[in-house]
Amino acid sequence: MMILRRKVEKMDLYRRQVLICGGTGCISTGCKGVLNEFVKEIKNHNLTEEVKVVETGCIGTCDLGPVLVIYPEGIFYQKVSVDDVKEIVEEHLVKGQYVKRLMYTPPTSSEPLPEYKDIPFFRHQLRIALRNVGLINPEVIEEYIARDGYTALEKAVTEMTPEQIVQVLKDSGLRGRGGAGFPTGLKWEFTMKAQSDEKYVICNADEGDPGAFMDRSVLEGDPHSVIEAMAIAGYTIGAKQGYVYVRAEYPLAVERLGQAIKAAKKMGFLGENIFGTDFSFDLEIRVGAGAFVCGEETALINSIEGRRGEPRPKPPFPATVGLWGKPTLINNVETFANIPIIILKGAEWFSQIGTSEKSKGTKVFALAGNINTTGLVEVPMGTTLRQVIFDLGGGIPNGKKFKAAQTGGPSGGCLT
Amino acid sequence: MSECCCHDHDLDYRYQRLDEVIAQYKDMPGALIPVLHQAQLIFGYLSKDVQIRIAEGLGVPLSEVYGVVTFYSFFSLKPQGKYTIGVCLGTACYVKGAAALVEALEENLGIKVGDTTDDGMFTLSITRCLGACGLAPVLTIDEDVYGRLTPEKVPEILERYKNKR
Repeated sequence: MMILRRKVEKMDLYRRQVLICGGTGCISTGCKGVLNEFVKEIKNHNLTEEVKVVETGCIGTCDLGPVLVIYPEGIFYQKVSVDDVKEIVEEHLVKGQYVKRLMYTPPTSSEPLPEYKDIPFFRHQLRIALRNVGLINPEVIEEYIARDGYTALEKAVTEMTPEQIVQVLKDSGLRGRGGAGFPTGLKWEFTMKAQSDEKYVICNADEGDPGAFMDRSVLEGDPHSVIEAMAIAGYTIGAKQGYVYVRAEYPLAVERLGQAIKAAKKMGFLGENIFGTDFSFDLEIRVGAGAFVCGEETALINSIEGRRGEPRPKPPFPATVGLWGKPTLINNVETFANIPIIILKGAEWFSQIGTSEKSKGTKVFALAGNINTTGLVEVPMGTTLRQVIFDLGGGIPNGKKFKAAQTGGPSGGCLT
Repeated sequence: MSECCCHDHDLDYRYQRLDEVIAQYKDMPGALIPVLHQAQLIFGYLSKDVQIRIAEGLGVPLSEVYGVVTFYSFFSLKPQGKYTIGVCLGTACYVKGAAALVEALEENLGIKVGDTTDDGMFTLSITRCLGACGLAPVLTIDEDVYGRLTPEKVPEILERYKNKR
């Protein structure tokens, strides 16, 4: 790890970094062209040595795309077109003067908010599952490592027993983020205790509920957090093989995850004898084929086995009879994304976030519909819907009255 | 899809590629769905003959292959157009007027959802939520995503593809 660290420290030598959102939303509004123009203009102004352009995962404000943030100042620019790039380079990067007309202005004010951290959409967030999304280039594993990536896996396999890991998860109070909210530590414990020669880890990335794109953003913006967590899961329950089941509607997520798995194998974070231990673990992607029901875990297992994705009766639960009839741990993307940081920072840290009762940590929400700022946010459990809609989302367009919010996809309800 | 003057030769080549895919996946557990994905990429759709070839190659009953193909909406039994248009009818897009987009497309192309234009250029289909809800309503043409659409923008987008011909 030391050698890796030294290699990644070099990245900070740039005077400025331009972080351009490369999520699906911004791609559809033309961020690739903006990125290419930046590279060109930076070269024209001989700034290649000083300014680094990074294509990140989803920054969150999909409706304002293409968006970008310039560090170290943390200036947020929205709806940037190819024609705006020259001005940003000449004014901001060369002269240090911000381009006011491309800044975000809250619907209730006429003064723009230049800094990313002051914008209500970001200010009220607490990003744990999305800790790296929008900050790193998901296609460069070194950037993940620079943000403590794979140190949780190292700690798990070299310093912790499976029982200790299960205890941390149980104490943290983390519950499944796929919808049912089952205590994650218990699920890991059941699968760990199941007796079998073979076991499997599955990541459920068949995010099918209309309106939801939380998991897509994690896979596109920080795929290594899921890979690292799955390897920790493999070590804990005693599995050598994992599968990520991604829906076919998310081609960019499939591509970035595939690329990340390859990079992790090359670095030795997946494969044989991880961190010089006896532990070996490998990952494969399985792409869905358009069936809503495959988000249900037993239907998903049938689909990985190459069959019609029809649910199986439960019990038996996957923890005892899962993939190919073997004990299987199946968690959602967002659940996995929480795990490496819990291993590093501990159960106590995590359990202090959220409500004092049963809901610990944070939750990612996708905002869509008639709301001023659509996109993706992560807030502590216990945050009210009012705060999410009016503080983060900026309220209803044209000052209209709130009528109803539909929460939780097709299985949720309309709240008025 | 390449334009080839001698179709038999082209078809032979595609079957050859399918056989390579089958050989590559044969020993992998749960190979059927990945092979069907590849086959659809090669042929554009999954004809009866292609399904028979896959069933024989993988040693899976044809009934099971057909059962899987018809279960998943991504697999098609009919030939597809050069470009596949997918209009997202997820909740967020629907609320933001996706139904009007479908009408505009049907009118412009002169076909109904599920059909292909006579010149083989476009297939019009409905997709499940694409997760680009922040940009609703959204449609895709193959891998390209278009957001914040109105029916008025439809002709211009289609024109770009018609001109690519």
